[in-house]
Amino acid sequence: MKDTQTIEKQQGKTQETMRVTGSEAIIHCLLAEGVDTLYGYPGGAIMPVYDELYKFQHKIHHVLTRHEQGAAHAAQGYARISGKVGVAMATSGPGATNLITGIADAQIDSTPLVCITGQVFSHLLGSDAFQETDIVGISTPVTKWNCQVTKASQIPEALAKAFYIAKSGRPGPVLVDVTKDAQLEEFDFEYEKCTKVRSYNPVPETDTTGVKAAAELINAAKKPMIVWGQGVILGKAEEELKAVIEKAGIPSAWTILGASAIPTSHPLNIGMVGMHGNYAPNKLTNECDVLIAIGMRFDDRVTGNLKTYAKQAKVIHFEIDPAEIDKNVKTDVAVLGNSKDSLAQLLPLLNEATHESWLQEFKDLYAIEFEKVIKEDLTPSKEGLTMGEVIKQINIETKGNAAIVSDVGQHQMIACRYADFNITKSNITSGGLGTMGFALPAAIGAKMAAPDREVVAIIGDGGFQMNIQELGTIFQQEIAVKIVVLNNEFLGMVRQWQQLFFDKRYASTEMTNPNFIAIAEGYYIKARKVVKREELEDAVKEMIASKESYFLEVCVEKEGNVFPMIPTGASVSDVRLS
Amino acid sequence: MNQDIQSFTISIYTENNIGLLNRISAIFQRRHINIESLTTSQSEIDGVNRFVIVVNICEEQALKIVKQIEKQVETIRAFYHTEDQTIFTESSMFKIKSDLLFNEPQIQNLIKESNARIVTVNPEFFVLEKSGRRVEIEALRKELSVYGIMQFVRSGRIAVTKEEMRITEMLQAQAFNNKY
Ligand SMILES: Cc1ncc(C[n+]2csc(CCOP(=O)(O)OP(=O)(O)O)c2C)c(N)n1
Repeated sequence: MKDTQTIEKQQGKTQETMRVTGSEAIIHCLLAEGVDTLYGYPGGAIMPVYDELYKFQHKIHHVLTRHEQGAAHAAQGYARISGKVGVAMATSGPGATNLITGIADAQIDSTPLVCITGQVFSHLLGSDAFQETDIVGISTPVTKWNCQVTKASQIPEALAKAFYIAKSGRPGPVLVDVTKDAQLEEFDFEYEKCTKVRSYNPVPETDTTGVKAAAELINAAKKPMIVWGQGVILGKAEEELKAVIEKAGIPSAWTILGASAIPTSHPLNIGMVGMHGNYAPNKLTNECDVLIAIGMRFDDRVTGNLKTYAKQAKVIHFEIDPAEIDKNVKTDVAVLGNSKDSLAQLLPLLNEATHESWLQEFKDLYAIEFEKVIKEDLTPSKEGLTMGEVIKQINIETKGNAAIVSDVGQHQMIACRYADFNITKSNITSGGLGTMGFALPAAIGAKMAAPDREVVAIIGDGGFQMNIQELGTIFQQEIAVKIVVLNNEFLGMVRQWQQLFFDKRYASTEMTNPNFIAIAEGYYIKARKVVKREELEDAVKEMIASKESYFLEVCVEKEGNVFPMIPTGASVSDVRLS
Repeated sequence: MNQDIQSFTISIYTENNIGLLNRISAIFQRRHINIESLTTSQSEIDGVNRFVIVVNICEEQALKIVKQIEKQVETIRAFYHTEDQTIFTESSMFKIKSDLLFNEPQIQNLIKESNARIVTVNPEFFVLEKSGRRVEIEALRKELSVYGIMQFVRSGRIAVTKEEMRITEMLQAQAFNNKY
């Protein structure tokens, strides 16, 4: 091991080189990029790097997850709450392929991730060597960029590029595959951060004529409506968005990944759009005269049937990625650029306005949704516990300051609909890919990146068992994450579809579950099970008060349904309340 | 936008990169678009590659495809053009028994009329090279097949655009615009 002080000294100066192995170089690259935590799992082809991680453990914390998928999701959770690049590492072959689900999730949800995989010796490439897999080929369609390194000297440039590409523009996952000989080879190390790639234009210049045209449309609008997405959070444009909304008095809704960019309590925040979004913003999408989309991509779960989506409205699209413009919905005005710059330019051109009667329409529809859905979800009259009342209790105990990490299914929709968000980057969920098993490991990453925040994972009994092994990581690393399993003994969301669209033929959706409490306790995690409403408040209080990780199982009604709902292929205005 | 299916030539300027072909072809594959032909070569700028891809799609698809291609980190720029907006050609080779060249006077005429070129002749076979439009190559192939063709190959389309391609300027401008 090198004397760290000389290394530190050497790091400051880019001119001076030091002779290191490829694997040590990887550590220096990570340190130079400010990485202090990474998630991974060792194996033959990455062992030289793990050997260096051992030597550098005082500087860089490697978290051993219990499955590489867990490592990828943990890195995602870390990135989503902090805005920094998440780093995951795995060995070749099965280690690398186990990362793929997390990489695909990060790709579709624009999460900055750098994945480093070990690879067999370069002279063995293409020979079907032990644990050889073409991970560059496999990961190509689900990465923003990837490459294979076969020489130690290529490592600094590849990693510098990887970090730059992952975090710049519309973020995304990148993968760098490093052959074992490249890890072992010695070379003269020098590191220079990457600040540009000539073929790559991450942030298109904000288009000022577009901004002017957008302002004119907005100023003339009688019934404007904003739908914002994660682009606001990724672009750090929360303040700019708030200023725009308030100045022009525009009712504003969010996509699932846009949640928390503006506090839930904001009077112009009219809720979530999409398949299980709120009644008012879905219905009134087809009533507004100007629809202003900001950093969102008109996913089919948001738009329902495109043929009947906002046809009456002029559409303005603020977007960083040119490929998203007119991809699903034809725009009247497209404003390319980073959301922060574009909204900042828009603000002074907007007239101050209030749209009281238009806003009232949202309130009236909310009242209907409240009567038909929300009241019974949050303050049920029936015997069985609802998912909604659990979320409500968590809101009360955390005062809306928690980061909510949800898995995929009914509980996810309920969590996103009902969680109170005061702070941005607080809704961490798998949106585009809908990856069950996401939440438990993502919560690990989130809590580690934001140790001072309350992080509550909301998971179904199905999804919990998809990455349940990460309880081991939580125990070993002493991560004070709160885990809530909403147990309905069903793959609830699929069961709901079977009930509504397949005449209640519950094919393979009922689950006979294990003793979750015993499992959590087996990992030495404090655990409690709630079966009756009377126990809920106390249990949630105890969970939130806990300084350590805490597992709470709530047995909820077995056949509860999530409404509102836009059935697949239906129009947003046909959103159903029952 | 014109919804008719027509032949589009997609020109892509890229960095030389091993994995890029994979990325680009995946964009077509995911959308079930059949690639009629694909050629890649050095472009007018050193170190910059040019892909020429021919597909039969509607203009809206062409536009979306080009944006997806441009989104790839190592793509410098991508364009789509209709047939009238490009000058294009294909190349082909015919390997034929040499005795036909001497015994069938008609073959000599065919070669002359079709503007084909003899690349090599030896006692066993001779090789013809013919470039031009697909119809011309096809016509020649039909006529020669009567006499017997030992081997035939045709390249994909290569095309230059009538419009100017300001890639060098773009590369400079892009480098300038890069901000993060
Ligand atoms: C990896 C994966 N497999 C399958 C699905 C399909 N799917 C979506 S929701 C769901 C049910 C989830 O059940 P559970 O985790 O118990 O949550 P609930 O819906 O009951 O709240 C399934 C199977 C998925 N989204 N992800």
